[in-house]
Amino acid sequence: MFMLEKRPSPSRFWTGATPILAVALTMIAGGILFALLGKNPLEAIRTIFFDPLFGDNAWYYRAQLLVKAGPLVLIAIGLSLGFRAGIWNIGAEGQYILGAICGAAVGLAFYPAQHWYIFPLMILAGALGGWAWAMIPAVLKTKFGTNEILVSLMLVYVAQNLLAEMAIGPLRNPQGSGFPGSRDLSQYPSAANLELIPGTGIHWGVIAAFVAVIAAYVLLQRHILGFQIRLAGQAPRAARFAGVKPDRLVLICMGLSGALAGLAGMFEVAGPAGKISIDFASGYGFTAIIVAFLGRLHPVGILLAGLLMALTYVGGDIAQSNLGLPSAAIQAFQGMLLFFLLAVDLLSNYRIRFGLKEAR
Amino acid sequence: MDLSAINPAVLIASLMVSATPILLAAIGELVVEKSGVLNLGVEGMMITGAICGFAAAVETGSPVAGFIAAAVGASLLSLIFAVLTQYLLANQVATGLALTLFGLGFSAMIGQGYVGMKPPLTPDLRIPILSDIPVLGEILFRHDLMVYVSLALVAAVWAVLKYSRVGLILRAVGENHDAAHALGYKVIRIRILALMFGGACAGLGGAYLSLIRVPSWTQGMTAGAGWIALAIVVFASWKPWRVLLGAYLFGGITVLQLNLQAAGVKVPVQYLSMSPYLITILVLVIMSANRSRASLNAPASLGKSFHASY
Amino acid sequence: MTGTQKVLLAVEGITKAYPGVVANSDVSFEIREGEVHSLLGENGAGKSTLVKMIYGLVKPDSGRMTLRGGAYEPRKPGEARASGVAMVFQHFSLFDALNVAENVALGMENPPRLAELASRIRQVSEEYGLPLDPSRLVGDLSAGERQRVEIIRCLLQDPKLLIMDEPTSVLTPQEVDILFKTLRQLSAEGTAILYISHKLEEIRALCDSATILRRGKVVASCNPREKTARELAELMVGETLTPPARTGKAPGPVALDVTGLSVASPNPFGTSLQNIHMTVQKGEILGIAGVAGNGQDELLLALSGEIRTAADAVKIDGRGVGDLGPNERRRAGLVAAPEERLGHAAAPDMSLTENALLSGAVRKELVKGGMIDWPATRTFAEGVVKDFDVRTPGIGTAARALSGGNLQKFVIGRELSQEPSVIVVNQPTWGVDAAAAASIRQALIDRAAAGAAVVVISQDLDELLEIADRFCALNGGRLSAPRPVQGLTVDEIGLMMGGAHGMEVAHVHA
Repeated sequence: MFMLEKRPSPSRFWTGATPILAVALTMIAGGILFALLGKNPLEAIRTIFFDPLFGDNAWYYRAQLLVKAGPLVLIAIGLSLGFRAGIWNIGAEGQYILGAICGAAVGLAFYPAQHWYIFPLMILAGALGGWAWAMIPAVLKTKFGTNEILVSLMLVYVAQNLLAEMAIGPLRNPQGSGFPGSRDLSQYPSAANLELIPGTGIHWGVIAAFVAVIAAYVLLQRHILGFQIRLAGQAPRAARFAGVKPDRLVLICMGLSGALAGLAGMFEVAGPAGKISIDFASGYGFTAIIVAFLGRLHPVGILLAGLLMALTYVGGDIAQSNLGLPSAAIQAFQGMLLFFLLAVDLLSNYRIRFGLKEAR
Repeated sequence: MDLSAINPAVLIASLMVSATPILLAAIGELVVEKSGVLNLGVEGMMITGAICGFAAAVETGSPVAGFIAAAVGASLLSLIFAVLTQYLLANQVATGLALTLFGLGFSAMIGQGYVGMKPPLTPDLRIPILSDIPVLGEILFRHDLMVYVSLALVAAVWAVLKYSRVGLILRAVGENHDAAHALGYKVIRIRILALMFGGACAGLGGAYLSLIRVPSWTQGMTAGAGWIALAIVVFASWKPWRVLLGAYLFGGITVLQLNLQAAGVKVPVQYLSMSPYLITILVLVIMSANRSRASLNAPASLGKSFHASY
Repeated sequence: MTGTQKVLLAVEGITKAYPGVVANSDVSFEIREGEVHSLLGENGAGKSTLVKMIYGLVKPDSGRMTLRGGAYEPRKPGEARASGVAMVFQHFSLFDALNVAENVALGMENPPRLAELASRIRQVSEEYGLPLDPSRLVGDLSAGERQRVEIIRCLLQDPKLLIMDEPTSVLTPQEVDILFKTLRQLSAEGTAILYISHKLEEIRALCDSATILRRGKVVASCNPREKTARELAELMVGETLTPPARTGKAPGPVALDVTGLSVASPNPFGTSLQNIHMTVQKGEILGIAGVAGNGQDELLLALSGEIRTAADAVKIDGRGVGDLGPNERRRAGLVAAPEERLGHAAAPDMSLTENALLSGAVRKELVKGGMIDWPATRTFAEGVVKDFDVRTPGIGTAARALSGGNLQKFVIGRELSQEPSVIVVNQPTWGVDAAAAASIRQALIDRAAAGAAVVVISQDLDELLEIADRFCALNGGRLSAPRPVQGLTVDEIGLMMGGAHGMEVAHVHA
């Protein structure tokens, strides 16, 4: 048996080392999983983690890495603020969809006019759409004490239905021969979120993600709001004693995370995805939860975790086409990563003593 | 639009079928939450149960084997949650989410080979005499076994919680784990058992979807049923009979909106499909707005980690 | 009861160490049948660990125990109960949302059916003068009644040894008298009682013998009736204590004025405040007594600003602040220190620097334009650590790593270092060792002497009588009229605290 002993202060070493340990453990467990699926585990791991960076066509995959990491980091940064404060916005996927719908709707409303201000307006609309969607659980929580986890989650399903309705209804491409899906925004210069430096994958969403990382870092380290967020999550009563208004914090954190998720959706629909379609939502809003935890809710950690998670997406695609590894295996793999992370997490707060001597 | 095509008796009978997966999952989660643990992984356990049950039933040709496999599979998954939260003191909210994300991926992976297959048929029981009662017989007494199992579970959970010593200890652990520990009760062991029961129930609920209600396997087929089960536990203020009420109300709404879709109501299908989720939100708001003594029924230690400090 | 009775429990050479601390070192003592035996020691002397071993919650590292001559090694509380050992806990053993009968059943090995149990509860509770309604929710009971639930739970199992951990800390003086009658009755019937306390007068009134612990070791065994309270105190603390020094000075103008303050408790089982009136002048200490759970927490929250009320219900220097939050009240000159150190007054996992910012941000101007001035915050934290003699490796240490006494010195020091005009503290020395308690009391007195208006809410009557100028008591959310401390008798204080809640009819037959 083992016994846990609480450390007097969290271990700095393990705080940094646990994510790495979790990734290593997940690779081992993932290898076993892939072996059970009849794949060569070493080859699968290499394909997922090594090939996108250094294999054939790495130049293409490295760009894809940023394209995938952008929305994940952007959403995860927002979620991490709420998670730190004990406010659980689980519905980022819904806010992401709403951001995309609102951003696309504004862009399509101007079609085919060309103006410099269309794209900025779309950015604004995307952020507002995500913000408004997140405000529903936030306001219900502050007014009625309704559980924000369940409400934000329910709203994901509502948003998915809304997305489908938009794709076949109001936003459908009039020249699309009746097929569901909107016009391709990436073909509409005033509304397109194009690659800024060819070959790098960097688009406005990636820039926004970097800005969010830096802003969140400053907020948490130096700003009183960041201090209040951390305080509210660790000791809610102490936060009230310190003059923090819990309701205000709920509105700010949910609003920020919703706006960032909305932005991510808007950049996605105007760039890599190109259009509103029934299968536009790809689960970034859920994967970002893993990214936030894997990055230990720390902005720099989230940046690294977002890149790693993007790697599993890109590598997973390669493994799917080259090795026939099912795409669901990558999803299971990502879930496993979160398990291992939570499991080893206790090393930073507890010491483990093995072989406790049974006295007497 | 032809609303006359909707037959009330059939509607109520199909309401029971439609509510059963959520009822099973919710009654299991109620026991888990009564022990003081918040397992947000119901969705993940349901979908795992759905595929385990489907695969086992297809492979063996027996729906009963399918349901057993579903209970075992989901219960094993809940054991991961139990180890993480009870021994390794992981955050229950995060672990529950991990369980859902993992369950969705894992089930999709196993389920690849089963897409498009038909499971063996689960026969409806025609309870002699009772099933021949006009209208009532059609509504109540011509269902498959699992509908009655779910009702029996609700009654059993109610009776155990209210009258038995096991139930009293379970409630005590959920109310104040430090006090329960001080009196010598094995808090962690009791919670792990509750979690496994909750997992098994969620698994049965998932299998009911894939084996009876739909019946086929598609990726992500639970579509939020697990989350709705969580909401119903809140709606029910942690009371078993109100879980039944909540699940059947929800089942009613689902069936009604499906019937309206079929009847060709002039509302886009997507809006009808979102109605169950919107109504769940509405119900949550009403329940939480009216927090009087009902909120006292929430287990006081819900969601808190327990670590014996001496 | 004297030494003529047979030995019931013998503890021999018990040692228990936790990482970094030896809780008990080679502890030995004996309890005879029917004896009331006291275990006396300061906070942290190892009393709780010792009784937890006797009750089977903790296993000793070495040493042995015998019960009536036979080996006694309880592996869990159930085994201890089966051997006739029962325990009344200070905290942590009741379930608010369950009723009295259910609570009792949970503490028994083989409880009868609830209906039968309820009638036995009624019977036993009347026999021992502790009336109790089995069907009431425990969360709705007063602290004294809750303790009765625990005692009845023990008595239903015919214990040979009853362990009581600090039982009087939640009772009014009148309730203490009733409890002592019950305990003497039990003792006369042959039940031994192991009585844990640090209240010397009680021990001298009740106990036949005493074992005194200091830093985990037995330092003396004696008959407490043959020692003075002062001798016992010095055995317990190991040094001569000097009572705080006071300078008599006439108080100045009113600084804190509370008028018609009524507040609903935020906690479902809490006590709402009803129409509270009080004034505190500059240079004065107002002591507020009361048994736990009579509205102390709510009063602190309403004064600190965590609960808001009508503007004029709370006035600082004549200005209505009742509708303002904690930071605005700090700006107006009021600081507060809540009872719960970890989690309310301080964030456990945050460093002392961050905890200094927690309540010092406003008055020490540590935030400028929303940005935190960390160097200034560190200077402030270092000042508190130095001025109040907080023992810590550094200001980067997490609050939870500090001992109770040191953290309390930090919390009180943090508030007192902000040049406040009004100070409100709740249980300033709860769970704190004697030396730290003395320095905290002295600091409060010094602030009052320097012109601050001080409100001390405390359940420790001796503390209030030592430092307060005027005295009042909270009882069921109402505040009694304040009276000068000079000339108050214990009986009068007891009546202000509400006498014996609902127990006037008790012990008619005794």
